[in-house]
Amino acid sequence: MRPSSLRAVLAAFGLLLAMPASLAQQPIKVGIVTFLSGPAAGPFGIPARNAAELTAELLNAGTVPAPYTQKGFGGTPIELVIFDEAGGPQTQVAEYRNLVPRVDIVIGYISSGDCLAIAPVAEEQNKLTILFDCGTPRIFEDASYKYVFRTGPTGTMDNVSVALYLVKRTPNVKSIAGINQNYAWGQDSWADFENAMQTLKPGIEVKTSQMPKLFAGQFSAEITTLLGSGAEVIHSSMWGGDLEGLVVQGAPRGLFEKHKVVLSAGEPAINRLGTRIPDGTILGARGPFGPFAPDTDLARWLKTAYQGRYHIPPNYASFKMTQAILGVKAAYEKAKSSGNEAPDQDKIIAALENLTFEGPGGPVKMALGKGHQATMDAAVGTTKVENGQLKIVDIERYSADKVNPPDGVKSEAWIKSGLKK
Amino acid sequence: MKAAAVAIASLVALTALALLSPQWLVFMAMLMLAKGVVVLGLLVLMRTGLVSFGQGLYFGIGAYAAALLSHGLHVADAAVMLLAGAAAAALIAALLGLLLAGYRDIFFAMLSLAFSMILYGLLVKSAALGSTDGFNLHARTFFGVALAPGVERRVFLIAGAVFAVVVALLVHRLFRGHWGRLATGVRDNELRVSYLGASPYRAVYVNYLIAGAMAGLGGALAALAVGHVDPETTYWTTSGEFVFIAILGGTQSILAPFVAATIFEALRTVASQYAPNLWQMSLGLAMLAIIMFLPAGLWTLAERRRRSA
Repeated sequence: MRPSSLRAVLAAFGLLLAMPASLAQQPIKVGIVTFLSGPAAGPFGIPARNAAELTAELLNAGTVPAPYTQKGFGGTPIELVIFDEAGGPQTQVAEYRNLVPRVDIVIGYISSGDCLAIAPVAEEQNKLTILFDCGTPRIFEDASYKYVFRTGPTGTMDNVSVALYLVKRTPNVKSIAGINQNYAWGQDSWADFENAMQTLKPGIEVKTSQMPKLFAGQFSAEITTLLGSGAEVIHSSMWGGDLEGLVVQGAPRGLFEKHKVVLSAGEPAINRLGTRIPDGTILGARGPFGPFAPDTDLARWLKTAYQGRYHIPPNYASFKMTQAILGVKAAYEKAKSSGNEAPDQDKIIAALENLTFEGPGGPVKMALGKGHQATMDAAVGTTKVENGQLKIVDIERYSADKVNPPDGVKSEAWIKSGLKK
Repeated sequence: MKAAAVAIASLVALTALALLSPQWLVFMAMLMLAKGVVVLGLLVLMRTGLVSFGQGLYFGIGAYAAALLSHGLHVADAAVMLLAGAAAAALIAALLGLLLAGYRDIFFAMLSLAFSMILYGLLVKSAALGSTDGFNLHARTFFGVALAPGVERRVFLIAGAVFAVVVALLVHRLFRGHWGRLATGVRDNELRVSYLGASPYRAVYVNYLIAGAMAGLGGALAALAVGHVDPETTYWTTSGEFVFIAILGGTQSILAPFVAATIFEALRTVASQYAPNLWQMSLGLAMLAIIMFLPAGLWTLAERRRRSA
């Protein structure tokens, strides 16, 4: 190598070395990773980022209702470092490794693929990492972690709760069909729903399972098949543009009149679709979030503050982000109460394990995955347009232990073996 | 013997890096090596005048081959994983090459893209492999020697460096030798090459095979670094990234892909750190600037300095 090119290479490495110079330790630095670009940004990523910024600001101002009235985390202000989650797990692992030296805590990840890839790296890096939204139960069912927590419930209860709701409302249901996006989320959601229905109504007939490509946007052929299937119930876990496409293309063709349609993760779409969602659609919000949130000071605070700033109600992604930040705050302050000094990471981890804290969606219990995975009550409702406004009526609530497996039991096996406590 | 000196210098530099630098830099260096090897393979193919928009196919095959060894067969040896990644990719390239070597230009590019997207589709549909979520892999030994946690990535980086340097030297020899010259002949005038009694089909086939095997090696190396595989490795954006790096570096030098991969990784990191909302656009603008001002890649800067010196 010529000296000049060697120098160029060394300069490049030097540049890399100089980059993550750790900054002063004054505020507590929280890395926030959420989709800022791509299809998941609109329905989840941006609402979550907005909630993070709002929550951090109001926590620092000390205007969050009890039990979070103390400023920042235990009196120390918090500062957010926001990153884009786009680019796939490989990119995210690279960015996570760069983020770790610069922050004290990482909160993030919407995609289950990213969560699965990040969890072992967090463990290797010994960095407290809170997964706030991703759904796959595999994270704590296939491995156990010390440094990784998830403050949002898993995807298991979404589909178990809609199945319970369906069986209660229409006890004589005899056939189901599905339309789900062909990727891990859609496949898992459908499998959970199908298995739960088989458990609750043994011998129920599955007419068809349509699996269009992710972000296909056009579902004419699938809607035709569903309309001809004769199924009483149609299940879909779609989100984002695909969900809007299904509603906009399916409603005029009578899909929602002819069948009972279940949208297990439909809540984020109501702010955009509004009254275009036909009456009688069964809707889930992946937990007691958004319109399903219990009427508490904390829920009212988030709804008012968020609506006031962003002129749109907070959806479940916003709720879950705020919940994650409040969960860390609860653990931090619990760890701090034993002494006056700032607690170290191990103390925060010990405090967060098996913790029960109050989120904007109600109580959160870190009950699964050896105290690292949250469970919450589930809520399901039905849409109804009243006076030109979309309302959620007939809301049913299910206690957390009824829609989540006991600790140490895998979700799939639990659903198949009868949903026993 | 200049090549050997450069090889030894790179190896020493990378070994020092592996032993001394912080973990995150070790990881970056591994990704840079992995991508560099894939792009060097792309350069071999470009010698014949062909651009593949589907190197993600072999990158993905390499990654999944390594991961499946750990996941399905409980083989946790990094060296076996790397070799298996390259071998699996070479095997598929040997089959698909029979078809693809008959095509040129846009037809070759589109067909290679199509094959990578077929694998992507298959992986997304296979729930047993975790669909889009993918799955984790763990390597705990190297040539049978057990590694202590914490040092394993440093050892993998040294191993990756050895593999990359050996491959780079082989490519260097290839370019200098009979095959390399034949490849440029095919690019410039295929008809004339056949009149001279050589087979353009065979030249393209062999280069395709080499590029495939190298992409497989790169994929396995990346999988070891990341510790997780998912179908994104075979997606067209991954393939596009390799072409991006190739254009960024230029095709004149064996070192260019590695330097370009480093710059690319650094650029992306800096962009997502300082412009989290605009990092894709920053990369796009960098690409545009390269095409407009340095159409032969960043390596022209080094060449210019050399000539003026």
